Amino acid sequence: MQISMTVNGVKHSSEVEPRTLLVHHVREALGLTGTNIGCDTSSCGACTLHLDGQSVKSCTVLAVQADGGTITTIEGLAAADGTLHPMQESFRQNHGLQCGYCTPGMVMAAVGLLDENPNPTEAQVREGLEGNLCRCTGYHNIVKAVLAAAGGAR
Amino acid sequence: MIPAAFDYQRAASADEALSLITEAGDEAKFLAGGHSLLPLMKLRLASPSMLIDVGRLTELSYVRDAGDHVAIGALTHHSVLERDPVLTAHVPLLAHAASQVGDPQVRHRGTIGGSIAHADPASDLPATVLALGGSMVARSARGERVIPAAGFFTGFLESVLAPDELLTEIRVPKMAGAGWSFQKFNRRAQDWAIVGVAAWRRNGASGVALVNMGPTPILATSVSAALAQGASLADAAQQAASEASPGADLNATTEYRTHLAKVLVRRALEQASS
Repeated sequence: MQISMTVNGVKHSSEVEPRTLLVHHVREALGLTGTNIGCDTSSCGACTLHLDGQSVKSCTVLAVQADGGTITTIEGLAAADGTLHPMQESFRQNHGLQCGYCTPGMVMAAVGLLDENPNPTEAQVREGLEGNLCRCTGYHNIVKAVLAAAGGAR
Repeated sequence: MIPAAFDYQRAASADEALSLITEAGDEAKFLAGGHSLLPLMKLRLASPSMLIDVGRLTELSYVRDAGDHVAIGALTHHSVLERDPVLTAHVPLLAHAASQVGDPQVRHRGTIGGSIAHADPASDLPATVLALGGSMVARSARGERVIPAAGFFTGFLESVLAPDELLTEIRVPKMAGAGWSFQKFNRRAQDWAIVGVAAWRRNGASGVALVNMGPTPILATSVSAALAQGASLADAAQQAASEASPGADLNATTEYRTHLAKVLVRRALEQASS
């Protein structure tokens, strides 16, 4: 099936099998491997990206469901000159990662969280990231990074 | 994990979806948000020959004040329900239950109609609609019918919906100031409930339904009967598992689930009565 989508501001048209998952399409057909595959069962959140402005788990979306949609992946956050998105910078400043595997999904979920609630409490940050698992950090510095990014946006 | 191959059609209207499924036959399935169906397909527990995508039918995404009840379009996302002002005002139990489904990403994609049609006894919304005494509106080429929640769920992942019927609307009575509670016991924040309870109470009337306490969501009628006869909340809660037939899995034994149901129903009744 012929589909098209705008990914990080660039329009792509592709021929896909209906069963192609969005995460495979983004990684393999479009070459954007920043979005990771973790559990593959919509539990861990490593594959989180934005579809039409909302965070979604791209291992549980068919590419054909995203036909005509607008997608932002982790590669689309930083400015063209390489300046990090405030959330990326905040993860860096607050050491919100160790191995880094969950980080692209965690950052995308966090950006989506602040889009919906620009001034969250710590509890709201923790609940808002409940769909993303991190096995290294114990979440402490991730939560700190999101709260700092929210403060910076104020 | 990749699903088995299937054909895909996207419906532009509910009428088109119904004619597509009539042509496609029994092996076709409707696809809404896909957050129940796609995981099953990835595990190859389901392999429909065709998916008819109804996910873009904005005509079926709404929350309306309909007088004595609230009418919810089947394609309404959980993330919309949890914040909807009409639902929050008139059926706060359902709005809250929607906020407890999965996690934010899941709630952005999952729909109330998809969750109810999937009929998973471990899901939050089927039991909640059952506790509230809601009903489902289903449409097919033969016409439209309204099915009370109490007669909707027939078995594990099974309902009275025919293969060519599309769930279009969920109706829930306004709670009119009733006290309510939603209890969900799990080990990881995003997981399905090991046991869950949806309950409301107003004067002598009540509704209590259980999540993951049998092959279908379970209406705990003995609890409501005990309350109506003046039993204490703690005594009524002892009846929690009277209608249930809980299974055992790696999370809980049958005995543990039964114990949890009694504890959670007591907590729910206390919260709904305060």
